Amino acid sequence: MVNFGFQLNTSSRVNLDKLDKQKYEKLIKAEPDILKCMACGACTATCTAGKFTKTSLRKAILLLQNGDEQGAVDNLKGCMLCGKCTIVCPRSINTRNLINNILKIYSK
Amino acid sequence: MNNNRNILIIGGGPAGLEAAIQLQKLDYNVIVVEKSDHLGGHLAEWDRLFPDGIEAKEVLDKLLNNLVGVKYFLNTDINSINLLDNCYNAILSNGITILAKAVLIASGFELFKAERKQEFGYGVYNHVISNADLEAYFKNGKDSRVVESPSRIGFVHCVGSRDEKIGNIHCSKVCCVTAVKQACEIKEKFPNAEVFCFYIDLRMFGRGYEDLYLKAQQEYGIRFIRGRVSEVAENIKNELIIKAEDTLSGKPIQVTLDLLVLMSGIACSTGSEKLGEMLSLSKKEDGFFECKDSIYSQQLSNKKGIYYAGTCTGPKTLPDTFHEARSAAMAINMYMNKE
Repeated sequence: MVNFGFQLNTSSRVNLDKLDKQKYEKLIKAEPDILKCMACGACTATCTAGKFTKTSLRKAILLLQNGDEQGAVDNLKGCMLCGKCTIVCPRSINTRNLINNILKIYSK
Repeated sequence: MNNNRNILIIGGGPAGLEAAIQLQKLDYNVIVVEKSDHLGGHLAEWDRLFPDGIEAKEVLDKLLNNLVGVKYFLNTDINSINLLDNCYNAILSNGITILAKAVLIASGFELFKAERKQEFGYGVYNHVISNADLEAYFKNGKDSRVVESPSRIGFVHCVGSRDEKIGNIHCSKVCCVTAVKQACEIKEKFPNAEVFCFYIDLRMFGRGYEDLYLKAQQEYGIRFIRGRVSEVAENIKNELIIKAEDTLSGKPIQVTLDLLVLMSGIACSTGSEKLGEMLSLSKKEDGFFECKDSIYSQQLSNKKGIYYAGTCTGPKTLPDTFHEARSAAMAINMYMNKE
């Protein structure tokens, strides 16, 4: 390719029109608690793995809602299923079951 | 001893009507002056009420049925009002003069005119409506701006609220829960549609509101996006292109919608402005009347014989408005007996 001296960056904009909701609906069936998240961040604040890796359940849920499936899986790879997030979640989301199901449904 | 038992109530909305009912029961001579052509104010134009979905008509009928013996004038303005020997002398636009010992101001609010926020395209794009338009649609079942089976619907919170640029710095208080209520209702009407709420904060302060929010997420699958819509555009198919930031992920977001609902906030009414000038009542920076004491006695003004009830002193829910109307009636009763 000819070098014109500049490059084009891909857009970082999330386009909600292009969301494929099939897997997300499967996830809702497996763990309906995902709908209860209000993005308070208590899970992330207490996360043992999150201190050293980018693990954040709040962010993983958001990534899924915005269509970044691989991002969500990568995000949860560091999880050791210690369950501290279950204890702190104010909406008593079954976080461990949610994490397990996200990894099961979205891992390639 | 002055034996004038006249009480003038300015405004025939929920606050004015409830106070009129209470004062009539205490055998005062109550006169309600309403500038529009109907009693009930905004309540008369609403379909259902948060948080339980009670029909607005049910509440309005209760008020109207209890209104026995109260005199009222519709389509009537206050042309002038001034203090004459311990009584207020009001000249109405229909030529009638009223001499009343106490005046209750229940002049309410006006919904923010959504077209003032030009970037949202109200009155410009065909599929942008306001919260009041949506209530009218729920009530009458028709609005040419609502397509037959919309696939995506959005709600913009805080339109005309918390906005220094258009001169309303206050939070309108009731729009958050109204948006959640309307989002659930529209999802009920169009179960296949995806519904998005664009919010800055979700202020679910009242009893049952947080439950409604949870229900909206859990049962209706409403997607709440934290971020204010920055601009709305239209594509060649007359669909709306919405841009916002998902502030929780820090990414710009774009979505195509078939319907956008703007949550117009509570703004001061022009009637209140005129009254404030005629009676030189003090106001706060937000434009609403200043109460004598904002915690202990919200229904008192800085003028003898003048009382407040409802949203003329700031955004309020209906239950709050009714409580204030009753406490204003109590305060007026004490004042009438003392003098």
